Amino acid sequence: MEAIATLPGAAAAHRGKVGIWWFLASEIMVFGGLIASYIISRMGGPGWEAEAHHLSVPLASLNTLILLTSSLTMVLACAAAERRDLGGVRTYLLCTIVLGLAFLGIKAFEYSGKIAAGILPGSAPFWSFYYTMTGLHGLHVLAGIVVNTLFFLGAAKVVRHPHRVEMGGLYWHFVDVVWIFLFPLLYLA
Amino acid sequence: MTVSVQEVPGVGSEEPVHQEPTGFWRRYIFSVDHKMIGRQYLLLSAAMALVGGFLAYGLRWQLAFPDTWVPGLGFIGPETYNVLITMHGTTMVFFVAMPMLLGGFGNFLIPLMIGARDMAFPRLNMLSFWTIFTGSLVLLASYVVPGGAAAGGWTGYAPLSARPIYTGVNWGLNLWLLAHAIEFASFLMGGVNFLTTAMTMRAPGMTFFRLPLIVWQELTAAVVFLLSVGPLIAGAVMLLMDRIAGTSFFVPAGGGDPLLWQHLFWFFGHPEVYVVLLPAAGLACEVLPVFCRKPLFGYRWIVYSTFAAGILSFIVWAHHMFVSGMDPRLAMPFSITTILISVPFAIMVFAMIATLWGGSIRFATPMLFALGFLAMFICGGLTGIFNGSAPANIPLHGTYFIVAHFHYTLLSGVFFGGFAGLYFWFPKMFGRMLNERLGKVHFWLTLIAFNATFFPMHFLGLAGMVRRISNPLQYPSLEPLQAVNVFITLSAIGLILAQVPFAFNIVRSLRAGEPAPANPWEATTLEWSTASPPPHDNWGETAPAVYRWAYEYSSPDAGEDWLPQDRLLALKP
Repeated sequence: MEAIATLPGAAAAHRGKVGIWWFLASEIMVFGGLIASYIISRMGGPGWEAEAHHLSVPLASLNTLILLTSSLTMVLACAAAERRDLGGVRTYLLCTIVLGLAFLGIKAFEYSGKIAAGILPGSAPFWSFYYTMTGLHGLHVLAGIVVNTLFFLGAAKVVRHPHRVEMGGLYWHFVDVVWIFLFPLLYLA
Repeated sequence: MTVSVQEVPGVGSEEPVHQEPTGFWRRYIFSVDHKMIGRQYLLLSAAMALVGGFLAYGLRWQLAFPDTWVPGLGFIGPETYNVLITMHGTTMVFFVAMPMLLGGFGNFLIPLMIGARDMAFPRLNMLSFWTIFTGSLVLLASYVVPGGAAAGGWTGYAPLSARPIYTGVNWGLNLWLLAHAIEFASFLMGGVNFLTTAMTMRAPGMTFFRLPLIVWQELTAAVVFLLSVGPLIAGAVMLLMDRIAGTSFFVPAGGGDPLLWQHLFWFFGHPEVYVVLLPAAGLACEVLPVFCRKPLFGYRWIVYSTFAAGILSFIVWAHHMFVSGMDPRLAMPFSITTILISVPFAIMVFAMIATLWGGSIRFATPMLFALGFLAMFICGGLTGIFNGSAPANIPLHGTYFIVAHFHYTLLSGVFFGGFAGLYFWFPKMFGRMLNERLGKVHFWLTLIAFNATFFPMHFLGLAGMVRRISNPLQYPSLEPLQAVNVFITLSAIGLILAQVPFAFNIVRSLRAGEPAPANPWEATTLEWSTASPPPHDNWGETAPAVYRWAYEYSSPDAGEDWLPQDRLLALKP
């Protein structure tokens, strides 16, 4: 009886995962197109490296650390959901949300510094790509924070459908991985 | 496990996915039923086709009788002409062809054909429709904002599109970009839904190689769309930044590269051709065996060809750019891949012809349109071989030869493939039969007017008639060709008028058509085993199980000449 009773939940989880992977595949192509455009444009002209030196590597390194840590707390939230541990889900989702907000805060601090120094999206091709790529990524982080906040507010329900946290987690890790590409391409290269 | 069925209602494959709603709004407007959503997509597509057709009428009138008063539109100068041509292309490709072939037929057919009760994500499905509906409203709103609608061509080439001052259109083009973004979001939701549904919700016995071909082709189209649209989304963000944030991605003066836009556009734009064409070919593939009373020829070859076309579609895009000034060394590889992609399509076409061979053909209206698709698509495919090889493309690219080519390929798919599907599944969708006599009148008028409109464009193009001009009479060399332009315009108006019998037929059938039996065409696929129209949960008490492939016609073991997919044993003769 028990196996029959849990089958519908398992079917929904399976469907959800298939759906989210197809969605992520299309997202990879969005960032892939942007990153490929950046690399091709950068190879086509001089002077990009000098512009990139205006960026703060320590701040970006800190942000990388923050985002990687948030992926850890997201996994812990998934694990807590699997255990149906309501307190754990709430705690780790809150950590993930706070870390995401910290990432965006540091990003906003970087933006405001650049804008105050007169470096705008139109200043040079490098900055066009910098603002567009990090801006689009920032919007994705924001979307992830919104999703996690919804999970946090409805944690009691989420515990009964742990696959939802896992789907949110897949998206969150994807956003994290995109940053792992953006960090070296924009700050270190 | 502490979960019980009561806590997770309605997610099992044997459970009804949702209860049948009784209120008007839930039933007809905010419906989560894939059959209603499919019909909503078809209706949206028909409404937008009226807009796109009206634009075509305006621009054709301008080309035939330059700078005269157009009945119903007024005077069209070069600026308005640019708006008409831009919005005609955008409307027809993104708001007519895709909602019809993917949104409409995909939504209606996929769950029925695989034996499911609905899509995997019914509410996401509803959201996808209302998303594209919003996108359509945004596109229509762009006509009335200050400065008018977009005038940068349907391909939105930079730098023309990258600065508002170049076209004089500011908000119109921004809204045009926004409408695209919304449309893409809608079809991303739809594509994820199609793929998840077909991967996880097939009926018992419905293996992948028992799927009807249209399902394969919808799925391939969905994958191709999902994986190709990303770079254009990125490009659209970049273009919008160029327009409103002062960046210079595509503006040479600021260090940008206009060709980058073309690469991003066509990286999506060519796969998009197959996103539209593959479902159209799939509709024809479904119709042909039913009206030949013969098994489909080369099922697996068509499936593999579909994959091959989908994969190759990602590496042919620069054949749109032979005259763009890109590195000429790229011309050879892209010519080769383009010639290669004609192979899978040739296989599909030969398989369709071989299906006809020796069949007992019934010339009902769906069959006429399917044959029309086959004939017209072959014409378009043949000119594709000229266009695909760089040496022939270079003199032809800027001419009406190209216009003829893509109307013979794309419009043949949408028109003939789409109408084949519509006449075929209309009884299933609405529970009424269409009038055959009116259908045949519609077919012959459409076929004649279609060829009268687009066939002369080949010669016009070869004679030097260039694209992207609003007034051919400005060029003395084109003056002798003006009679052909007038003929094409009159034929185009005829093509639009040829749709009147169709509209009349639809309205007449919906009001007083003969009620449709469950299986009026004696077809084998699953959707014909349920009532016309199907009940809310598609199958009533018991969902079907599948015992064989989709094209078992004239089997010597069966008493009837068709053997449905869900029938365990043949009725002995």
